[in-house]
Amino acid sequence: MDNVQQDKVPAVAAQAASMVDTINQEGFQDLQQFLTFVMEGEEYGIDILNVQEIRGWDNVAPIPNAPAHVSGVINLRGAIVPVIDLRVMFAFNEARYDENTVVIVLKVESQRVNRIMGVVVDAVSDVFSLSEEDKRPPPNVNQNISQNYINGLTEVKGKMVILLDCEKLLDIENH
Amino acid sequence: MSIDLSQFHAVFFEESFEGLDVMENALLELQPENPDSELINSIFRSAHSIKGGSGTFGFISISEFTHILETLLDKIREGEEQLDADSVELFLQSVDCMRTMLEALQAETEPDTTRADQLAIMFQSILTGASAAEAKGLDVPATGASPVIQESVLPGSDSIPDSLAGFHIEFTPEADMLKGGNDPVRMMRELATLGELTSTPDTGALPTLRDMQPDVVYLNWCMDLHGDMPLEDVQEVFEWVEGECDLSISRLGGSADSAPEVMPSNVAEAVDHAPDGTSTAATKTKADEQESAKPIPDAPKTASPAKPAPAPAARAGKAESSSIRVGIDKVDSLINLVGELVITQSMLGQMGGSGEVITDDHIGNLREGLVQLEQNTRELQDSVMRIRMLPISFAFNRFPRMVRDLSLQLGKKVRLELRGEQTELDKTVMEKINDPLVHLVRNAMDHGIESPNVRADQGKDETGTIVLNAFHQGGNIIIEMIDDGGGIDADKLVAKARANGIVGDNEQLNQEQKLDLLFAPGLSTVEQVSDLSGRGVGMDVVRRNIQELNGSVDIDTELGKGTTFRIRLPLTLAILDGQLVTVAGQTYIFPLMSISESLQIDEKLVNNVAGGGDVYNLRDEYIPILSLDSIFGLRTEPLSYDQSLLVVVEAEGMKVSVVVDDLMAQQQVVIKSLEDNYTRVPGVSGATILGDGTVAMILDVAGLIGLAGNQKTMAAGEIAGSAA
Amino acid sequence: MTKILAVDDSASMRQMVVFTLQSAGYEVVEASDGLLALDAAKSGHFDLVLTDVNMPNMDGIALVRELRQLEAYKYTPILMLTTETAGDRKMAGRSAGATGWVVKPFNPDKLLATIKKVIG
Repeated sequence: MDNVQQDKVPAVAAQAASMVDTINQEGFQDLQQFLTFVMEGEEYGIDILNVQEIRGWDNVAPIPNAPAHVSGVINLRGAIVPVIDLRVMFAFNEARYDENTVVIVLKVESQRVNRIMGVVVDAVSDVFSLSEEDKRPPPNVNQNISQNYINGLTEVKGKMVILLDCEKLLDIENH
Repeated sequence: MSIDLSQFHAVFFEESFEGLDVMENALLELQPENPDSELINSIFRSAHSIKGGSGTFGFISISEFTHILETLLDKIREGEEQLDADSVELFLQSVDCMRTMLEALQAETEPDTTRADQLAIMFQSILTGASAAEAKGLDVPATGASPVIQESVLPGSDSIPDSLAGFHIEFTPEADMLKGGNDPVRMMRELATLGELTSTPDTGALPTLRDMQPDVVYLNWCMDLHGDMPLEDVQEVFEWVEGECDLSISRLGGSADSAPEVMPSNVAEAVDHAPDGTSTAATKTKADEQESAKPIPDAPKTASPAKPAPAPAARAGKAESSSIRVGIDKVDSLINLVGELVITQSMLGQMGGSGEVITDDHIGNLREGLVQLEQNTRELQDSVMRIRMLPISFAFNRFPRMVRDLSLQLGKKVRLELRGEQTELDKTVMEKINDPLVHLVRNAMDHGIESPNVRADQGKDETGTIVLNAFHQGGNIIIEMIDDGGGIDADKLVAKARANGIVGDNEQLNQEQKLDLLFAPGLSTVEQVSDLSGRGVGMDVVRRNIQELNGSVDIDTELGKGTTFRIRLPLTLAILDGQLVTVAGQTYIFPLMSISESLQIDEKLVNNVAGGGDVYNLRDEYIPILSLDSIFGLRTEPLSYDQSLLVVVEAEGMKVSVVVDDLMAQQQVVIKSLEDNYTRVPGVSGATILGDGTVAMILDVAGLIGLAGNQKTMAAGEIAGSAA
Repeated sequence: MTKILAVDDSASMRQMVVFTLQSAGYEVVEASDGLLALDAAKSGHFDLVLTDVNMPNMDGIALVRELRQLEAYKYTPILMLTTETAGDRKMAGRSAGATGWVVKPFNPDKLLATIKKVIG
């Protein structure tokens, strides 16, 4: 302790204080990253921590007597993973399957829901960082999508992004 | 250092349960009139092990109970006590009691010691001279009175004032004390840790160097140990060499009335000393006690008391454990096979190396390599599955005891024969087949085997026989339960079924169908449902349990001669022998065991039942035809019958047929659950991944029948509704 | 490194003893009965032998007797693991040549303290 030059201490302290300010301002601790994707021209976002991988549309084995939005199951490296078509689930127009169709494999591990599931979307966009302040509460406007699945809204580069709740999406029993 | 002993608990429980099994089997084998000493020894050792372990790990209640068992067993094996049928019975009950207590402890709940306390009092009375019969007859109130055995606590030397400053010790080892590995230097080092030690060796007896032997003690010592330590600590230093030395310990600055504490060279003498406040006998025993009787609190008591006693978990904890013991030979074989697989893979890798052009020569080698690969994989699969397999003796084990107890209870004479005990099957399958087997044996003893009089009247041996037989057959395991009792009266079954409305009055049944009624729910041909087998587990549950394992059960019986139940089970639950079929472009899989036959449809044999569906006339038997197109909502316009095939299957005693477009290969498929990531799907028992990577659904025939039934009722309802 | 041979037919006891001794820095070899222990003793060089009394195939007392016949183990400390009731066993063990005993049930600390007394 004796070797610390006393005159340097105030400068170091000041620097530390300004770093703390920056961190607080940018809300680093609140930042979440979202993967955005497109359906019927609209942008949607999901927490990237829930995204396991992204695949192209492939052979799906239908599940007997399953609801319309459940496309079937795929073989994900030996695991049987169900795939739901969000476009059907949110009651859009007739779903198309082409080279651009994408399956996002989501993984949720919570007390209520613990599974892997694929969701079919039109295309994947980008990854964005958002903090709590960037989020706005969901509106009561869009009657097509059940309010349950929406976490909130945000705006990225001028476009509105609808944030979806993965846990509720994967909670098949309660669809 | 504090070591967490709970990490050893699991092993302790496992070996204790095994020890109890050993005890039980030995007790059952014992002829009380002429007991085999090796059997008695093994019973003693098992009890001794459990006592040692439970004491070490803090399970006081078990330790105390086993202690008295061990005491009596020790006397029996030394010939001081006699064994008879009554005491064997008491020991058997003790085994049950310990099992229950151990299960409670394993589930981290407090064990109920009521029964143990009662048994302990009975054993205690035997030890004090009563006969086993008298002991059994003791009317012991279940008040949880603690057993009489107490370590007698003799008055110790705590009356000695603390102000005295140490001890004077005279120590003369016998010449060959070293031969036991004891070293005077070590003892003095230990004394020195207690206080300040000064010692003076007496070299008087030292011979010349020439005559000195290195392993003989020639010295003796006079020592003064200064400090405030209890006498017991000083005595403890020398406790291992008592009898091999002359030792006297007296208090320093001793007053006239403090007698020298002499450690006599003979233990027996010590005991004879009149015990007064400072006698060696008293202090010696107390010293012993202090070492061993330090209260080790019951481990469960330290767990939070708020934990609810999970009764099903306790059963589950023992019945379906999540670990398995594997013989090292199986592991070695697995390692070898993996080694071969690696070799094959690297061989293939060399041929298909990057940049190499694959020529015709290569193709031949590649083909060979692939054949090799297939063989390696198959052998590896077999080897891995064998790891999960255990001999069926683990399941058969509980039956000797059960049969013995039941025959006493029912007043019947029954002998149990076990065959094929080394036949191996999957551990989980074995755990799940246990209850059905128990029920079948209980049934056989209750309703099958007749009472000794009846048997004698019929010219049969008074003692009935039940045989449990297991063997492998074509990739399955067959378990037979054969009794030589009275057989099953098929007509009585039909009558009862008719009375219950299960079977129509005019309905004609063949022998197979009649016997099948045994498995119909709610049917019981016994006037009083005896407590034993009527316990809420019906034969229908037995069959359902077997079918859930992808198995089947058949009955063979002859009135007056006996009955055979034959259970067929797959060797493993993870893999299924399947029949691939295609319907509407999708591949589905039937469990091969459920298929009785497949055939080309002759449209002339298809009839339509009003309000229902179609039926097929199969050799004068009318079998419902199920359509996956309609059950699964596949095509609205399925193929016509003459373009389709029919698969006849059986489930839950019903025979139905399913229309398919085509029959494909038969192959083993790995069963994958849909419920991991999805939910249960009616009509489907799981899914599998085919060789081409696509997913195929494995059909659940019972579920299909249910779905078809529902749809018919719904359709009938719609018709009724629209007609209204 | 001090080598100890631990002999007991109970797997849970062996596990506990081995774990305790290893944590204290001793090298331990285990055996589940007297015969196996004797084999191990012949091929290894142990500084201390810990043995249970009641074991199948060869019990602790016989093991002690056999070990004392071997040149290498004439003076090696041998401790018996014995229950407090078996007073005569203690004596039998002593006459067979055992050094001393550790009374069961024991806790790990007690075991280590006793071992330290003998081999330091």
